[in-house]
Parts: sequence; C-alpha cells; structure tokens
Amino acid sequence: MDSHANPPATDARPVLEGPDIARVLTRIAHEVVERARGADDVVLLGIPTRGVFLAQRLAAKLEQITDRKIPVGSLDITMYRDDLRLQPPRALARTEIPGDGIDGRLVVLVDDVLFSGRTIRAALDALNDIGRPRAVQLAVLVDRGHRELPIRADYVGKNLPTSLRETVKVLLAEEDGRDTVLLGAKPADQ
Amino acid sequence: MQRHLISAADLTRDDAVLILDTAEEMARVADRPIKKLPTLRGRTVVNLFFEDSTRTRISFEAAEKRLSADVINFTAKGSSVSKGESLKDTAQTLEAMGVDAVVIRHGASGAPYRLANSGWIDSAVINAGDGTHQHPTQALLDAFTLRRRLLGREAALGRDLAGRRVTVVGDILHSRVARSNVDLLHTLGAEVVLVAPPTLVPVGVESWPCEVSYDLDSTLAKSDAVMMLRVQRERMNAAFFPTEREYSRRYGLDGERMARMPEHAVVMHPGPMVRGMEITAEVADSPRCTAIEQVTAGVSVRMAVLYLLLGGNEPALSRQPSAERTASTAHAAEEK
Repeated sequence: MDSHANPPATDARPVLEGPDIARVLTRIAHEVVERARGADDVVLLGIPTRGVFLAQRLAAKLEQITDRKIPVGSLDITMYRDDLRLQPPRALARTEIPGDGIDGRLVVLVDDVLFSGRTIRAALDALNDIGRPRAVQLAVLVDRGHRELPIRADYVGKNLPTSLRETVKVLLAEEDGRDTVLLGAKPADQ
Repeated sequence: MQRHLISAADLTRDDAVLILDTAEEMARVADRPIKKLPTLRGRTVVNLFFEDSTRTRISFEAAEKRLSADVINFTAKGSSVSKGESLKDTAQTLEAMGVDAVVIRHGASGAPYRLANSGWIDSAVINAGDGTHQHPTQALLDAFTLRRRLLGREAALGRDLAGRRVTVVGDILHSRVARSNVDLLHTLGAEVVLVAPPTLVPVGVESWPCEVSYDLDSTLAKSDAVMMLRVQRERMNAAFFPTEREYSRRYGLDGERMARMPEHAVVMHPGPMVRGMEITAEVADSPRCTAIEQVTAGVSVRMAVLYLLLGGNEPALSRQPSAERTASTAHAAEEK
C-alpha cells in the first residue's frame, strides 16, 4: 500500500513479470488450502486498490483447487489509518463483506506490498468493527521489509530485500493494463 | 483550502461529487453491526443551535458520534444566550474550550459566515441552516437521494445530475432549502424550475441559475423530481395567499397530479411535512416519496462532510470564495 504514494520511477526495473505473478498466486492458493486443511471456511478480503484484484485472482485459483465457491470481498482501511491527521482526507474505497460475514471464519487479508505493516494494523482494527473471525492470516505479493510494527505475512509471493531509497510498485492488468512488479529508485526530491 | 461549509454555492462540481461518493461509502457503515468509525477520535464538535430543529440536530449528532467525535450540544434555550450573551462571546467561550468544529443553526441569515470569517474562532464552521439563506447539508442530502433514485446506487458513483430537471414548489421566499438546492443542483448540472405563487417568490430571483413558473401543472410532466416545500408560517408576518385551501389546490401535490409526473420521477420533501397543505397523505405515503430516504441520507452526507473537513490535516474540499450574496447578508447577524 505504502508504495502507491510514490510515482513510479522512470528507471524502474521489473522484478516479477506477468507469468511469475500467476505462478506465485497459484503457489499461495495451494499453501492456503494446505494450511487451512481444505479452506472450508476461508474468506478472502483484499485491501484496495490492488489487493482486491489479487484477492479475486486468488479466489479463482482456490475455486479451481477446491471446487467450491470461495467468498471474496474488500476491506477499505482509509478511516482506520494512523496517518490520517498527517495528510488531507483521502477518497474512500469500497468495503464489501461477503454475505455470510466473517464471524467464526478464517479471514485471509490480501495486499500487494507489505512494507511498514501499518496498513495491516489498520485492517485488523477495521475487521474488529465488522465481526470476529476464527483467525486472520495475511497474504502479500511482495514483502519488501522495513517493518515498523510486529506484523508478519503468512503467505509471501516474493521476499524482496529493499533499501528505503527504493520504491516497489505493483501493476495489475485490472487497474494498470499489465502485470508486473517494478523496483525503482525514489526521486531525489522526496 | 476551504475549511468551512457555509453555502452550497461554495462547492465546485468535483467537491460535490466527492461528498456524494464519500457519503455512499459512509452509508455502508449503517449496515454493519458496529456502526462506528474511529476517524474523528479526539476531535470535539459543538452543535450550536439557536433555532429549533429536531431532524437536523439529531442527524448531525448521529453523524458525529458514528465518526467517534466528542459531541457537545448547545441550544439557545437555557443557555447564556437567553441572558443576553452575543454570538461573539458564545463563540469565544467555545474556542477557549478547544473545539475543532462548530455546527451552527441560526435564525439570522449570515450568522455562520460571520462566525467563520470574523476571526473569533479557529475551528471549522458548518452551516446547519441560517435564516432564509442557506442549508448546504440539506441540499447535499437531497442531491444524494435524487442521484441514487435516478441513476442507481452503484451507477451513480462519480456522476452528477447533468440534464435532470428538478421542480421546487412552494414557499421559495422563506426557504433556505430552495436557495441551497438551486445552487447545488445547478453546480451538478441539473435544471431547476421554481414554482410558487408570485407573493412567495423572492426579489432578485432572476439572478438565480433557474427558471420561475407560477403554474405547477405545466411543469409536472417534464420533471425528474418534484420537491415540495413547507409553507413557513413562523416566518410570515403578512398574508401571502388568500386561503390555505386555495394554496393547496393550486400548489399542493395530490395523487392526481403525481400521476401526471413521468413514471421514474420522484417526490421529495425536506420535512417537516404538513399533510393536507402542500402534500396529501396519499402522496406522502407513496413509494415515490423519498422523505424517509432523505432523512437516512442526511446522516451519511453529514458524515462525509465532517470527514472531508476534519478527517485530515487540512480539508479535502477546494477553495472557492463565498458568493457576494453571503457577504451582504453577514451584516444582518452582526446587528442582531
């Protein structure tokens, strides 16, 4: 999430391409089924914007594996952010909880990039107001390190060691027209 | 950045659409088991009501509480105002208590403008109705309801009311709701027709961005929405029409008139309704009447306004100076 604030650097180089992203999601889907012993009670909640598309793709893969309908939704964390007071109010995104709710279920949060961990903390707060899941897990496409909170991902697409001077930008076909993960340098003025 | 919401005329088209879209997301909070967001935690909002109000005050209070703000309610009755305290002293008292926003309703047109621009206080000022001037959150909730009914909940996001025709009927002269609606609907691209007896049409209406008609029947068939206004007897000190019966026969909405509206058209009323006067019970209780939806929309829209003005380090609405109309009425409050 935190990567969205940065404009994509011009000299960014791809670290994951379209086929890699598809493979990574297939692997995560299998891991979810394995760890959740069949994924009977799994609910996928994507964090807008790109986490939602990843959650939908992951749900499609889970449905292929388990041959069952997997509930998928979105969880907007804007109003739970800890940096609300540091910038102008942001436009809200959609929170869409699947019909049966999240009570007693295994919620898997899905996001594109895990960075400081603050987005996930906000997501946990938001979940708290919506229901009481049996357990909450986290799936991310890229873990770029630099955690500021004691938060870790359960399913990681790619561990990408970065420096704070670098930016990680996930592009997805649904939003950006193509699938790729770009690693670039932060513009000097930031 | 615009810190206050004084007049619907201050909002740009993009601001208005942003508020309506944000309100759609806020509306979803009402469907949850815990109808609360932590967004305004630690912020204090005062509801400063110098004039009677039930629905607006309760609606603002519900919106503030759903966003976790600390709420202080102030009504002129039983306060120091009844002992003769001026608006300035009341405002400075609130400022000294560390208030982040003031929601003000006042009988004098221009009182919120005065409060916001006098330098008495630093907090954000939200106009909850001033005299016969403006009631911007009412216009926003009307636009929200209308947009949802005409375009559909999902399809409405990001869109305005371009090309729609709204007829506002009744006591235009005393109505801040009509003024705010004319401003906002015009900004959103809708065409507005005001229908009233000539005595209830304000002087200077020709400078407003709308048409005026004295004949309700001729406008009905072309309307996407008909907004009925209450005849405000409490603001009338002269006879504006011969009898109530004549008024209601010429300008009231009954089932027969409603049947002549297009099939998709809705009937709106800001409340309180006077059944039998401007609207019959048949119309008020029909599914085409949005009066109850408007009340529900009020909470969502006010949450959106509070979030966009107070949620960050600076407001999210763009700056556009208040119209001169506002400035000229400010003196009325000063003298009071």
